[in-house]
Amino acid sequence: MERKPPFSPKPQAPSSPHSSEDKAEGSVKLVHAVGMHARPAVKLSKLAKRFRSRIAVRVVGASEWIDAKSVAKVMAMRAPCDSTIEFVAAGTDALAAVGALTTLVANDFPDIDG
Amino acid sequence: MGPFVRIDFAKAGERRPGLDEAAALRAALGLASRDLSALSARTGGEAADMIEFQLALIDDEAVTGPAFGRVADGVAADAAWRWAMDGLIADYGAHPSENVRARGLDVADLRDRVLDALRGSPSPAPPPAGAVIAADDLPPSRFLEIDWSSGGGVALSGGSAMSHTAMLARARGVPMVVQVGELPYATQALIDAEQGFVELDPSAEQLRAFESRRAAHAVRSASVERVDQRSPATFRGETVRLLVNIEGPESLSHPAAAFADGVGLMRTEFLFQGRDEPPDEEAQLQAYAAVLRWARERPVSIRTLDAGGDKPIRGVSEAGEANPFLGLRGLRLSLRRPQVFAAQLRALGRAAVLGDLKVMFPMVTTPDEFVAAQALFRRTVEDLQAAGLEARLPELGMMVEVPAAALTIADFPAAFFSIGANDLAQFVAAADRANGAVSHLLDPTSPAMLELIRRVVDHGRATGKGVSLCGDVAGDAGRVLTLLNCGLRELSMSPSSLTAVKSAILESPQEAPLV
Repeated sequence: MERKPPFSPKPQAPSSPHSSEDKAEGSVKLVHAVGMHARPAVKLSKLAKRFRSRIAVRVVGASEWIDAKSVAKVMAMRAPCDSTIEFVAAGTDALAAVGALTTLVANDFPDIDG
Repeated sequence: MGPFVRIDFAKAGERRPGLDEAAALRAALGLASRDLSALSARTGGEAADMIEFQLALIDDEAVTGPAFGRVADGVAADAAWRWAMDGLIADYGAHPSENVRARGLDVADLRDRVLDALRGSPSPAPPPAGAVIAADDLPPSRFLEIDWSSGGGVALSGGSAMSHTAMLARARGVPMVVQVGELPYATQALIDAEQGFVELDPSAEQLRAFESRRAAHAVRSASVERVDQRSPATFRGETVRLLVNIEGPESLSHPAAAFADGVGLMRTEFLFQGRDEPPDEEAQLQAYAAVLRWARERPVSIRTLDAGGDKPIRGVSEAGEANPFLGLRGLRLSLRRPQVFAAQLRALGRAAVLGDLKVMFPMVTTPDEFVAAQALFRRTVEDLQAAGLEARLPELGMMVEVPAAALTIADFPAAFFSIGANDLAQFVAAADRANGAVSHLLDPTSPAMLELIRRVVDHGRATGKGVSLCGDVAGDAGRVLTLLNCGLRELSMSPSSLTAVKSAILESPQEAPLV
């Protein structure tokens, strides 16, 4: 598990949305627990892997950032229902990644591929 | 009943490293991925979740990367893979969440599948339909590869009734017995999962007896489907309250929990495990509040920290006790750790305003201990109220798990009693729960146990105080009537046992036996 943020998250939205190192972040309240259950962990990490950006996730206030593309780590994340989790992404598709991931969580992990 | 088939999964035999170990590992992962994808196409439900998780693990560079790194350092592919998987299994094994700990079994299953591929051991040929499979142990994904549509069963020399395979077998109605010891070869086998035995080459008479038991079982199973909706459970005109034992808020996600009459035992050890320092008051309050919110007006009994014994907790319990089951544990330990105890009591006092909270102390031996804890709790609540926080003193009860307490139950000023049958049975029989060699002595319905249970129940009836029983036996549908016959009318069990226990009560003869 990462002890530090994998890259420094900025508290604000990126100033230039078209630079090669976009950064984006977003937070969303959980309807159900994310960590500790296989199905949401698989869905979240699978969706994260569709993007080229590096993406990290944590429960607001947690000391550790977790690699959102690692199902093994997302599975072990302690995120009870009613908690808020946040994503930070850096890369060319950072904004799209954070948008897609927060939507997935907000909609309580619908089946993406049907 | 079916043809007897032995499956031996190659366990021994180290792999001889080849020239390109990285390529070998990649090929083995590819093979595992293809086999699992094929399996995933024809399974559903919880099993599909397991396979999807295993497939995602194969694609997880945070998992495979370190293994390939070791291979690059000259380590053989199988050793490198085992090292990476064992690390993850150990992480999950230490996790506070029961769900994450259970996923360690999926990781072990994937580990073994890839190791088999690396060693080139061919996948065992599929057994004939309806076969009774004998093996030392059966990994869950191997269980799923077998076609169970025309019956069959599993007899394991080793294995565990709590394993993932056992849960899959229960969900599919596949009879399975574990820990049956060495099985010689045979042509036919009869498996009776309800009674827990396997008969090799059974006689005609054994077959007839089995068929009549099977018919009775089929009738019972059919009624289990409808039982949840029929409430409440009654026995001889009295309501039987069926409560659940939970590890934490996430245990409540079990579908049967919705039908429970409340939470009979919420353990709090999970809050303290897998961390360096005890959780603070706020973190505890959140967990307790989540359960009370779920319960609405139903009662919730929370047990204060039961550290020590077989549940050591870093920073709280004593290390190096020669006999930890009889050592500084439960309330004994809490009274020696006033700061840790005070934080828990503060959180509980604040949670008490949110619902029907009851609090009980574990491992109480003498009335003095109970009175000391009660006084501490009362002061804690007064302090909270003085500080302007909403708090109240909940109803205070105790676990009855020390024989001395059961024998002198009338001396304890507790408002209710919860019989901890697992610990009480081990202390009454002087038989270590962790020692399989004496497990035959650990009978929670032995005459000595029933004598103690009756004693507590009679005291409860005479004083109007509630008496419940938690422990594995409360969830044992085959013995629930024995407990009810002792006068118990409150049982607390794991959510997965609720349906079977309720069904056993509803199907039981409701008249008192003629004496």
